[in-house]
Amino acid sequence: MMTTSVKKKIQKEFKEKMDYDELLNCMRCGFCLPSCPTYIETGQQEKYSPRGRIALMKGITDGVIEPDDDIAHSLDLCLGCRACEPVCPSGVKYGRLLEDARSIIQTNKKQSVPVKLLRKGIFEELFPHQNRMEKATNLLGFYQRSGLSKAVRKIGFMELFPSSMATMEKVLPEVPKRKEIKQRPRFFEHEGEKKATAALFAGCLMDTMFFSTNNATIKLLQKAGCDVVIPENQLCCGALHGHSGELEKAKQMAKQNIEAFEKEEADYIITNAGGCGAFLIEYDHILKDEPEWADRAKHFVSRLKDISAILVDLDFQNKYRLHLPEQTVTYQDSCHLRNVMQTFEEPRTLLKSIEGVHYEEMEGANTCCGSAGIYNIVEPDMAMQILDHKMEKVEKTHAKTIVTANPGCLLEMKLGIERANKSGQVRAVHIADLLLEALD
Amino acid sequence: MSSVKVKKKLNKLKEQLADIVGTENVDDTTSGRLVYSYDATPNYQSLPDLVVAPGNAEETAAVLKLCSETETPVYSRGSGSNLCADTCPVKGGVVLLVKRMNKILELDKENLAVTVQPGVITKTICDTVEKEGLFYPPDPSSMKISTIGGNISENSGGLRGLKYGVTRDYVMALQIALPNGELIRTGGKLTKDVAGYDLTRLFIGSEGTLGVITEATLKLIPKPEAQKTILALYQDIEAAGRSVSKIIANKMIPATLEFLDQDTLRAVEDFAHIGLPTDVKAILLIVQDGPQEIVDRDIKKIAEICRSEQAVDVQLAASEEEAEKLATARRSALSALARLKPTTILEDATVPRSEIATMVRAISEIAEKYNVRISTFGHAGDGNLHPTCLTDSRNEDEMQRVEAAFSEIFEKAIELGGTLTGEHGIGMTKAPYLEWKLGEAGLQVMRGIKQAIDPKNIMNPGKVFADESKERMVAAK
Repeated sequence: MMTTSVKKKIQKEFKEKMDYDELLNCMRCGFCLPSCPTYIETGQQEKYSPRGRIALMKGITDGVIEPDDDIAHSLDLCLGCRACEPVCPSGVKYGRLLEDARSIIQTNKKQSVPVKLLRKGIFEELFPHQNRMEKATNLLGFYQRSGLSKAVRKIGFMELFPSSMATMEKVLPEVPKRKEIKQRPRFFEHEGEKKATAALFAGCLMDTMFFSTNNATIKLLQKAGCDVVIPENQLCCGALHGHSGELEKAKQMAKQNIEAFEKEEADYIITNAGGCGAFLIEYDHILKDEPEWADRAKHFVSRLKDISAILVDLDFQNKYRLHLPEQTVTYQDSCHLRNVMQTFEEPRTLLKSIEGVHYEEMEGANTCCGSAGIYNIVEPDMAMQILDHKMEKVEKTHAKTIVTANPGCLLEMKLGIERANKSGQVRAVHIADLLLEALD
Repeated sequence: MSSVKVKKKLNKLKEQLADIVGTENVDDTTSGRLVYSYDATPNYQSLPDLVVAPGNAEETAAVLKLCSETETPVYSRGSGSNLCADTCPVKGGVVLLVKRMNKILELDKENLAVTVQPGVITKTICDTVEKEGLFYPPDPSSMKISTIGGNISENSGGLRGLKYGVTRDYVMALQIALPNGELIRTGGKLTKDVAGYDLTRLFIGSEGTLGVITEATLKLIPKPEAQKTILALYQDIEAAGRSVSKIIANKMIPATLEFLDQDTLRAVEDFAHIGLPTDVKAILLIVQDGPQEIVDRDIKKIAEICRSEQAVDVQLAASEEEAEKLATARRSALSALARLKPTTILEDATVPRSEIATMVRAISEIAEKYNVRISTFGHAGDGNLHPTCLTDSRNEDEMQRVEAAFSEIFEKAIELGGTLTGEHGIGMTKAPYLEWKLGEAGLQVMRGIKQAIDPKNIMNPGKVFADESKERMVAAK
């Protein structure tokens, strides 16, 4: 429960910090409603819609209502998928309003000890330190390789956790050894005619748990004619922090990343994770009030591209013969890649160019799968409801391969396959891995 | 009443409502109430005490009966997209959501009729019947989100009004829950029906002030065989207006004949990125549908007329997809304009179509006179314009000028034989002006009807009937 003094503080900060012009920019037409997964999944409850959430933020700012736990929950239940943004004719920057509001509530709300510890662990101790991410991954690797995972499953230890987390444990990829990560070179030369230099934004999860996908991405860039460099001292993009109300921490991480990439004057900064891309592209916004950083952030953002976008730009799909055994393939958009990076044609173009692939567009491919950063951990019920509805749509396509473009979505689709009892029949892959497979 | 007493009364009402619709369908949380305190009309907000979502007609009637007995105001609400503050619970009380009544009950191909519950989204109806080769023409710009119950209550129009008419022309029968708790049925799947007063039409456009629509049977027509879309570009706004009148005078009725001025074009293009021309002063978006040879002939003739009226270019949409994109972009016009300024106030003064050019000119003169920025788009073909004022509600001085400008626009529209509102409704925004259109005697008839059906004035109070009418600026002619 929020105490009166906490409510007062939150209200005061809403008045001081919320972007009032942006709140007014929402003219409440409701065009966003059909695009919002939580509005639909909650039986059209306006308080779980973008229009409703903005009205709640404005209500607090105007002093019409006081903040309470119920309002905080309305904001918490938002996936942050930002599907409401491209359909908004007024161009309301909903994601930014959401992050500002969450940040104010987060810094003032008293949290229970376990939640506090978990947040501190994740946001301060783990993600901002790439070496710790590597160690954690190493631990996971030990767990998987030592046979411990099998033993744990046998004992039923995971049954103590929510079912979604227990299933999640099953679908985690086989992770690389730490040595492997450490020994990877920092520079890779182009193949064929040189087209550009690409600096890879390696990402915290992508460069540990999905190390092989990063390697595939590097290989594809080389084949497309890029020199690839992996700048040192880069770290997690800060998206998880930004989306969870830890904006200050995110800013520090943004600065370190900008510095790291300034050392390599590459033509492009490439990401293969829609979630990271969408946060990296906001660096200029989150640092706009810091004169020393604003222009540097702009320069960083101007060079940012997703792997599928640069491959299409460099005509990769026509340069090589891509082929796979006959199969039906569908694509699940990464919300942030689609709604924020505005990259959605390119992955489809690439997939359709593979011989042997029968591409089947999934109904609602553009809506969130329920992964949404750490949403599936903090709001498991809604996440699983969304995921199960998603798997019904997957089934309709008869696809054997579900392609994604973001690690969270990839894990979520794997989880969905497990939940739908389709493991062994249907697989989920990252687009970079599939393209490399089609190339070999 | 003391606040303790009020609270007690509300708690009791909440319990009684829960008995009717189930606890999970009654909400009295702050967040639940705030999100139904507004609609798409700027500057109107008021929190209801309770929000209730009945699941069927019987529950709806029972809720109304209870509200009658307790003299609690009730506001029925679909998606809250209306533009005259009709869904704003201005006197507190209960917001009644129709969202759970969202089924298409029957598609009757023999009688060309579809029967629906009030919470069905308009576009869902259009899409469903079109799959069967049938057509439900009313297409308000909000059709992607608006409910049919809301459309009927507001008698919504749309882009196809010129040729096909408005919601009113497609409602064959209604089931209505009355404030006294009775359910009545009006009309039927009949082309001819003169049994008694036309109650169906009475409830259409009654803006939630008489009862709650719980079921509707809609008339369908065969889907037109072909369709073509053109854009005519102008550097002279009045030339566009003249083209409209001339097309109609040449005995052609296009399905759609929309006008967009430069401000609107730029805002829409900024959102939709579909390559709309932004360097011209105005465009007409013209659609004709019907048998292929008639469509071809009309479009050719229309293009000639536009050129003869100084259209600088006439472009044909290359594909159905492109045509659809243009129509969708047009439907976003109002919300897209909202990106230009913090507050967008839109009206829909309507004139006989022969007066379109005069009205367009009058609007720009009035805007200049009061020094306010007014963008205009709208259904030029049926005389229904949407002058939209781009302003900032925080600027009090400007808001006064905006109000004065709109008063003069209303005055002008009525002077030209037009009306205050073509399709958005009277609600709260135009209630003080209604007497200008109806006269005191006309208003008196409406008050009598209201008194007969809703004697306790619980249905959407504060709407349509103003406490006080506005003084006219010039003597009525």
